Amino acid sequence: MDSTGIHAALRGRFDTAVGELAPGPFEASIEVDASVIEAVCTFLRDEEGLEFANLSNLSGADYPELERIQAVYSLFSYKQRHSITLRVNADRAAPVIPTVEAVWPAANWLEREIFDLLGVEFSGHCDLRRILLPEDWVGYPLRKDYEEQPDYHGISTVRESLLTMKRD
Amino acid sequence: MSLINSAPEMVLTSTVDQVLNWTRKSSLWYMLFGLACCAIEMMHTGGPRADLDRFGMAPRATPRVSDLMIIAGTLTLKMALRTRVLYEQMPDPKYVVSMGSCSNCGGLFQYAYSVCDGVDKVIPVDVYVPGCPPRPEALTEGLIMLQKKIMQEKWITRSSDTPRLGGPVGERA
Ligand code: SF4
Repeated sequence: MDSTGIHAALRGRFDTAVGELAPGPFEASIEVDASVIEAVCTFLRDEEGLEFANLSNLSGADYPELERIQAVYSLFSYKQRHSITLRVNADRAAPVIPTVEAVWPAANWLEREIFDLLGVEFSGHCDLRRILLPEDWVGYPLRKDYEEQPDYHGISTVRESLLTMKRD
Repeated sequence: MSLINSAPEMVLTSTVDQVLNWTRKSSLWYMLFGLACCAIEMMHTGGPRADLDRFGMAPRATPRVSDLMIIAGTLTLKMALRTRVLYEQMPDPKYVVSMGSCSNCGGLFQYAYSVCDGVDKVIPVDVYVPGCPPRPEALTEGLIMLQKKIMQEKWITRSSDTPRLGGPVGERA
């Protein structure tokens, strides 16, 4: 099925909770309301003809000027050989998105990664801890306004710039 | 008549320092500790072509029986703390070889928020091997330099004045 068909199927079921189909350079994407994301994902996984068995990626992006953090779900169906991208917006001040861990267990670590780097809270997640950075890390590094701490446990993170470095 | 004069071909004379150093440099057991791509070259160096075994070097699985730590790869800040713990677990005398640009100075990741730019910020380093990654020949040269350095150590005199090892990190001469 092509992305128009997938979008029509979603519209038929979820009405305006599912946004317009936005064309992209590689793949069309659909904006989905955070409140229905789990239902949308379950539908996409189970509905005959859609059968998105695979969450190939779940990543995030920060848009400070739009006051939002966006989670991007890349889905793929092995059976139907089609794919689609979902986008879910969250308020940048307090980003919360319901987890889709129950739909695809693979979401567990991917959501932890977004939590780690962008600070999105995935409500209902069974084990929401940092996954890459140390547990006592301060801040969320992939946010555009991230400020690095001057040191980490006494290890200075102040780095000399190669551009200003003097040769002797 | 001394033993040396009576049977010169049967006796070797040496200093205690030299014998100690020779035994140490000839059995440098290194800890199997790879952090990134450089570790692949370290494995090559331990393999049959570069063959570290000919120097009496053998990989060990734990810091508690290792003499040498080869920092092979990118040191993240998270790993830096653990590296310090591993270093402290090694028995004296212990040596550190920093292998590759990443562990020397952070390499091409030095401006990343999560990377420690230089392992010498955390533990003292004896030999730096440049390269990204250094070839097995380069690492072998670094290890031979370390052996030369070990041969110059003076244990007897050192122990009477300031203790060389066991001091806080960074104070090691
Ligand atoms: S110095 Fe180069 S080869 Fe070695 S760990 Fe860094 S990037 Fe990899």
